[in-house]
Order: sequence, then C-alpha cells, then structure tokens
Amino acid sequence: MAIKYSNKVIEHFMEPQNVGEVEGADVIATEGSPACGDMITFSLKINPETRVIEDVKFRSFGCASNIATASMTTLLAKGKTTEEIKRMRHRDITKSLDGLPAVKMHCSVLAVDALKSAVHKWEVNHGLAVEEKPELDRREVWKALTDVLNPRTGLSLVEAKVVNNIEIEQDEGRVFIEIMLCDLDEMFAEAMEEEISEHVQALPGVQKVLVQFKRCEHSSA
Amino acid sequence: MIYFDNNDTTPLHPEALEAMLPYFRDKFANPASLHSLGLETESALDEARGKISGAIGADARELIFTSGATEANNIAIFGAARARPSRKHLIISTVEHASVLNVARRLEDDGYRVTRLPVDGQGYVDPALLRDTIDDDTFMVSIVHANHEIGVIQDIRKLAEIAHEKDAWFHTDAAQALGKMPFNVAELGVDLASFNGHKLHGPKGVGGLYVSRRTRPKRLMEGAPQEFDLRPGTENVPAIVGFGRAVEIAVRDLPDVTAHVKPLMKRLAEGLARIPHSHLNGPPPEERLLGNVNVTFLYIEGEAILMHLSNRGICVSSGSACSSKSLTPSTVLTAIGLLHEEAHGAIRFSLSRFNSSDEVETVISKVGEVVDLLRSMTAFVPELHSERMGAKSFYRKR
Repeated sequence: MAIKYSNKVIEHFMEPQNVGEVEGADVIATEGSPACGDMITFSLKINPETRVIEDVKFRSFGCASNIATASMTTLLAKGKTTEEIKRMRHRDITKSLDGLPAVKMHCSVLAVDALKSAVHKWEVNHGLAVEEKPELDRREVWKALTDVLNPRTGLSLVEAKVVNNIEIEQDEGRVFIEIMLCDLDEMFAEAMEEEISEHVQALPGVQKVLVQFKRCEHSSA
Repeated sequence: MIYFDNNDTTPLHPEALEAMLPYFRDKFANPASLHSLGLETESALDEARGKISGAIGADARELIFTSGATEANNIAIFGAARARPSRKHLIISTVEHASVLNVARRLEDDGYRVTRLPVDGQGYVDPALLRDTIDDDTFMVSIVHANHEIGVIQDIRKLAEIAHEKDAWFHTDAAQALGKMPFNVAELGVDLASFNGHKLHGPKGVGGLYVSRRTRPKRLMEGAPQEFDLRPGTENVPAIVGFGRAVEIAVRDLPDVTAHVKPLMKRLAEGLARIPHSHLNGPPPEERLLGNVNVTFLYIEGEAILMHLSNRGICVSSGSACSSKSLTPSTVLTAIGLLHEEAHGAIRFSLSRFNSSDEVETVISKVGEVVDLLRSMTAFVPELHSERMGAKSFYRKR
C-alpha cells in the first residue's frame, strides 16, 4: 500500500536527528519487541539537580514512521524536565510531525512509552520513585488499553468506546477482554489482538490474556 | 528509475499498447451488436481468445475473459462450490494469493470444510499430504502454480493427478506463471486456471479463466449471456486485445527473455548473499519463477528499506507487517516458517525483460548501502534474540 506521509515525517525518516547512544548515558530503556517489528531505545543524560533532559538519542528497529517519531521525540524531549516528560502525550509528537496516517499512529505511542519508561527507570534508580507494583485490576487493564490504537482510525480502544468488557481472574492472572469490532476493522483483528495482548501482558501479575471480538453489524468510528 | 517490482505489475509492452489504441478510438462497438462495427470488435475478441487459448493448449471455447485473476479465482472456486453442492470440502495451500485464501475463508463461514496444505521451508507443497487429506467430499483442489512472493513453482501435474483420483476439480492460480514459463493445460491436467494481463506486460483490469470442457462452474453474476454464459457484462475489448497481444509476445519471446533474465536473477541473488545476515526466501534461483528474488535482511524493517531504495530511484516491495494494509506480516513468509522479525526485513525484487545487468549491479550496491545505514541505527540487539533466530546460511533448507 502506498502510505502517504507528511513532508515532516519523510524529512525525519531520511535525516533522523540524534541517532545512536548518548555517551555516559544516565539511563537506557527499550520498548517494543522484535516479534512486533517495532522497537525504540532511548538513552538519556539527565541533570540530577534540575531534572532536565540534557541529552537524548535513539535507536530504532521499525518502519519509516517509527524512525521519524523517535527522531521527533528526541527534539521534543531535549530541555524538558522529567515532570514535563511525564505529561507528554503521543499526540504532541504526531502534531509536530504534521500528523501520521491512522495506521501508523501506534508508532508515536511506542515512542512516548519508551521515553517515559526511561524517565521512570531513572527516577527509580535515584530513589525518586518506587518500582510500581499495582494490584491487577480493571483500572490498570483499562489504562493499558488507552495505548492500543485502532489502525484504521488512529483512536485508542478506550477513546473509541469499543471496550465492551474486562474480566479478571486474580488467582490465575487471567485477563479476559471483549472488544467490539465493526466490519471495516475486520482486517485489523489480528494486529489489534497482538497489540492488546502485548500491552496487557506487560502488566504485573498477568499470566494470560484472552481477547474476544464481538462483531457488530453497524460500523462506527 | 529502476523498476524491480514486476511481480506486482509490469509496464505495458509497446506492441500491446499499439494493438489496443484503435479499440479506444474507431473500433468502439459492442461485440454483441449485429451491425458491421460490432462484427469488427467481435472478431477482435475472437482473435484474442484464439491467441491465448492457443498459447495454453486449450480450445477457444474453454477461455473466458474476466476483470483479472482475482475475479477468475472467485469464479473458479465459488462457481465450483455452487456447481457441486453435494461436496463440502475445499483444499488449498498456505501460500495462496489473498483472492484464494479469502474465498476459502468465506466458504468456511458458510459451513464448508477447508484444508490448507502446509509447505516446507522453501514453500513446496508435498503431494503426499494432498493424498492424505483429499476425500470423496472434496469438490476442488486449488493450488497456486507460481507464488507471487517467493517464486516457488508447484508440481501442478502431480497435484492435479491426485485430485482427479477422487474426482475433485483441480484449479490453479497461474497469474504469475503465464508468460514466464511453458504453460499447457493439457500437459498439466488442470480443469481450471486463472490468468491476468498486467503481470506479463499486458493491460490492467483484464484476465482470463480457463474452463475445461470437463467442468462447468456456476456463474457468480447475473446478466446477459456473454463469455459462454459464465461472465456477464460487455467485454472490455481494448484490454482484451492488449492481453491477447501481450500473451502472444510473451510466448514468442519466452526463450530469449528466459536467457536474458535468468542470469540477472542469479547475479542479483549472489550479490545480495554477500550482505551479512541476509537470507534468500524460497527456492534457489534456478528453481524459481523467472525474475523473482526475495531476501530477508535481518535486524531492520522492510518499509524503511523500501523507502530508502525508492529515494534512490529503485522500486521494490516488502513482506513487512508495517507495509501491509492489515499490519500483519506476509502470510506466505510466515507459511515457510519465518519469524515475524524475519518477515519484517523481507524485500522482493522482481525482474522483467526490460531490466539490465547494469541495473542489477546498481541495486546490489544501493541495497548494501541502505542495509548498512539502517543497521547502524537499529534498536535490535541480535545477541539478545540469537536463540530465536539461530544461525542460517543464505539459502534456506526445504
């Protein structure tokens, strides 16, 4: 399929900024997995006094938009405080790139996730945050699903209000998720199932994720 | 511009275009019309039908024109299911084109049993497996002749023979095969075969279905009785004329084109094999579909490779999930046992008669450049995943 990228995206893909690894990095974090073909690694230099990101570089295993979003993320992150990073949203990146095709929106989610995970790791290392061990509950699953986007619309499953049901079997760590699926999204079922599993599986205490799609007759956003 | 995407579509042969032009201008009549203008287009239609049916060793009454191979596959399989309602079992392979895979899925929704024959590491269907799975309920066996992604060529003759032992109809999707290798329906023993124009330097939007006299699928659309009452609608005369001319040229020039393209694909494969951590997907060059070379470059992703090559004036395609419409990796590449991360770095190079050895050398050097560039920035750490990937040579085992 010919994917139409903005000139900004092409620019950052062809000449990515801040590629590689920061020398003497204070923290390095990777998000994504080889099986998904989507991985971003950020290395950061953070001033312990001001908590300002003084330097950041990336490595990417992914498509053109993966490389472009990682590149743009480094530009946006540099000079920001860790608190500001925590408030960053994936739309901040897509906006700076003059948009991304809906089907590629998940790249910006991965980039922000990887950046936040680096900052969190740094905070844990500096005793500023504790390793989160939240109880496995519906709210956590819900939060994880805000990071799963519908590749057709670019909206998260939560935004699109298609999460029909979440059930948790605490003892066995089983999570059951029911998603409404309209005809137009049928082609993305497999990709979405993979994304949901990956995000929910990452929650502490989760052993098994079961995704079920409920086919609806009328298409919705 | 270097165009190495000929398994996707090909440039129109200038002689095919030349043949088509009068049918856009003065010779516009409906071939069903009884007046003199209609007779003129009708004979053009007959001539094209004669050329193509002759080229495949069929009778002219055994070829219908369609909008392409997708429609031909649909008529063949759905049409056979409807023609033989007492049988409810279909056999295909895991390396079929979407227009066969998804027809099978639809039949499954309607209660049919579908067997998808697995393939080995190079993409070959084992005929013994067909013998094990076929039964008296099987209405059709449909196996692609030459695969569009990895260029594997199946033993159609043997497979058709086994199908006939159980009185199942045998269909083959020959969209890639026609014009690139000798193709004769009688020698292969197939009952139905799908073709199209634009894979062999003919126009888009036209294809054909060979329907042997032994079989009679039901038509899928209702209308006037064109195409022996199997495919209604006024025929696309200019496209059919161009298709006929393209097949005629392809068959005429096949020995010369083979002699030209075979060394090119061999050289391309050898050149790409020198890039570290690369693997040829599918059979070795001498066994493959003419012009097709498919290589995985580990630790990087196909869409990124494709776009950098495109920026350097080279057109190829990719089996990566990121460049697919559904965000899932190529079903053909996963069918031959590739991990998702291996399919992600797969690039298909497909050559035609219009490519040159200079172009091959340029592509080899530019691919090396792009692979180096992307690997220099990859987040993939091979050591962390070595147990999954394992060491492999450039050529895959069967």
